[in-house]
Amino acid sequence: MTAVRFQVATLWVAFALCTAMSSEVLAQKKYDSGASDTEIKIGNIMPYSGPASAYAAIGKAEEAYFNKINAEGGINGRKIKFISYDDAYSPPKTVEQARKLVESDGVLLIFGSLGTSTNSAIRKYMNEKKVPQLFVASGASKWNEPKQYPWTMGWQPSYQSEARIYAKYIMKERPQAKIGVLYQNDDFGKDYLKGLKDGLGAKASMIVLEEAYNTSEPAVDEHVVKLKASGADVFISITTPKFTAQGIKKAAEINWHPVQIISNVSTSVGGVIEPAGFEISQGILSASYTKDGSDPQWDADDGMKKFYNFLAQYDPKANKLDAGVAFGYAAAQTMVKVLQMCGNDLTRENVMKQAASLKDFAPDTLLPGIKINTAPDNFAPIEQLQMMRFKGRKWELFGDIISSELGQ
Amino acid sequence: MSAAEEVVAEGHEAVEAVPKRAMTLGTGTSLLVLAALLIVPVFVKNFIIFQMTMLLIYGLAVLALNILTGGSGQFSLGQSAFYAVGAYTSAVLMEHANINYALTIPISAAVCFAFGYLFGKPALRLSGVYLALATFALATAMPQLLKLNFLEHWTGGVQGLVVTKPDAPFGLPMSQDMWLYYFTLVVTVAIYIFSVNLLRSRSGRAFMAIRDNEIAASSMGVNVALYKTLAFGVSAGITGVAGSLGAIAVQFVAPDSYTITLAISLFLGMVVGGVGWLPGSFVGAAFIIFVPNMAESISKGLSGAVFGVLLFLVIYLVPHGARQAAILGQQLAGKLRKN
Repeated sequence: MTAVRFQVATLWVAFALCTAMSSEVLAQKKYDSGASDTEIKIGNIMPYSGPASAYAAIGKAEEAYFNKINAEGGINGRKIKFISYDDAYSPPKTVEQARKLVESDGVLLIFGSLGTSTNSAIRKYMNEKKVPQLFVASGASKWNEPKQYPWTMGWQPSYQSEARIYAKYIMKERPQAKIGVLYQNDDFGKDYLKGLKDGLGAKASMIVLEEAYNTSEPAVDEHVVKLKASGADVFISITTPKFTAQGIKKAAEINWHPVQIISNVSTSVGGVIEPAGFEISQGILSASYTKDGSDPQWDADDGMKKFYNFLAQYDPKANKLDAGVAFGYAAAQTMVKVLQMCGNDLTRENVMKQAASLKDFAPDTLLPGIKINTAPDNFAPIEQLQMMRFKGRKWELFGDIISSELGQ
Repeated sequence: MSAAEEVVAEGHEAVEAVPKRAMTLGTGTSLLVLAALLIVPVFVKNFIIFQMTMLLIYGLAVLALNILTGGSGQFSLGQSAFYAVGAYTSAVLMEHANINYALTIPISAAVCFAFGYLFGKPALRLSGVYLALATFALATAMPQLLKLNFLEHWTGGVQGLVVTKPDAPFGLPMSQDMWLYYFTLVVTVAIYIFSVNLLRSRSGRAFMAIRDNEIAASSMGVNVALYKTLAFGVSAGITGVAGSLGAIAVQFVAPDSYTITLAISLFLGMVVGGVGWLPGSFVGAAFIIFVPNMAESISKGLSGAVFGVLLFLVIYLVPHGARQAAILGQQLAGKLRKN
């Protein structure tokens, strides 16, 4: 089965290469709405206001990165016009803004729009209109459905990918483990749990207890007590920051010391670990895919040097400690890479084709060894993460880069 | 002029006339506006048609609140909950039961009427700010309720539901957007006429009597409890229709779409449009749809603050909203004519 899939993939690559070469030979210029000899219009939708406005840092970093590209001469001589609108994280507003971008501003594509329900609201529209909805900024796994939605593609590792990596780690390091899972009762938690079970495969029975909590609950204490009582010796906490901190605290209080794994969304040192307590957080595991701007180990790193220079020159007001800035930088870099690959064929179809043929692309702010790969049947650009362990007052990366693909 | 009407229409002689004129536009103006609404879509892009559809939909929702607050004098910050119920009723019926979109609208209206009527029963004991608080609680609870596990099979939980947009029937040569616009326009005009007539009827007079003075109204034989809950029911029913149309136009429902922000926007729309002046509802809707876009084009990072400043200006310069602007315009026109 894998062999067949591999062959099909090779054929596709060959096909893509052939078409890329032939279009270069012909060197004919082809444009869809939003592209011309001088300009490429890119649309974007961000929650600049409203409950999720903390993520606006991503949009600002992306804009700054495109300014940098323009200042350096643009992409094949074409300047990027980045049109970014506010949807206040409200799906009806996202629909309005997406329609404005596509029908009124006439953008070539929409890039990096943020949020799960907001992007769900426009996915059908974008696919009906055949306008690329590229590099969606959301961890849901639903952006990787190329058959049904050939115009929508994710970017960051999905929650499922991350969970599969934990499953791999546990099967390798602790094959006899009894796993207790605490998960948030929503799409985030359920996506994650599914990933965990898929990753464990036939060994899903290692999970001895699954405890769900709702965000409306004030605390997760009783769930932690139940998990301890189940005899679990690995505690996976699929929780958002406040609950993660509560979980770590409660486990220590009831003298339960399992191997603890927390999700990547809750790894903020200031927001989670410090409130829970440094002492009791030693040895907690998680995974990451971006370089942490607050970690001095990257000061000498070439990619991060470029990133810091970029910030100094084009976005001096940005907070380099904000993970959103490094995220936006890397996503914008991926977008630019795709547009460079498009050459003079700036049709929406070709944009999707090129986006689906990224090979080993490594943006500056991703961890060394993490590479972006896509294929016509794989719309999940980042599928690798590296495990990390909390030590002292910061996270330490360890082990190899792990791929989340099943059966590897 | 009664005591409480003074509160609503403080210092405006023009409003003193007959309540009919205070509530609606003249026939000539109404027909002119209607003609504009009918013709404009032929000449503009689909995106503008979509925005106009949203304008009518939010206008309906503001109108519903206007009947409640401007008519019967009760406050509600919970309109987003009724809007959500309407939207979900349509979405679930269309996607799970394959019921025609047009049929889901009266069903939504009925469901929301019942919901509003029942909610109005206990809320009867509350008045003023306490009622506002109770409805506020309803609006905050609604997104959570939609995520409930046992409803998830129908509501799609946090993921929401994608709704299919209807094509124009009978092979009419128009886009989906244009068809939906005219469909919405017909529903809106029908509800508008219904509302105007409701407020002019016996029930409408009872609403206003309660608004002006509850004790006086009950001593005149108005069944205060019945009419208060009825106002809630009618308001919720119309909001439900708006919600249904909104779900069809946006093609998506999710709990995130119906947060307290929506309820506050609708309330804002009512104040900007002029409390108790029905045509103002649509001016208010235009304010809540277009002003955030304008604010954004002035400053992206501070769009909220710019919006706030614009709102301040409106409240200070024309405290009675569009109604006051319209009256000023009318007086000006009258003076010019005399000269």
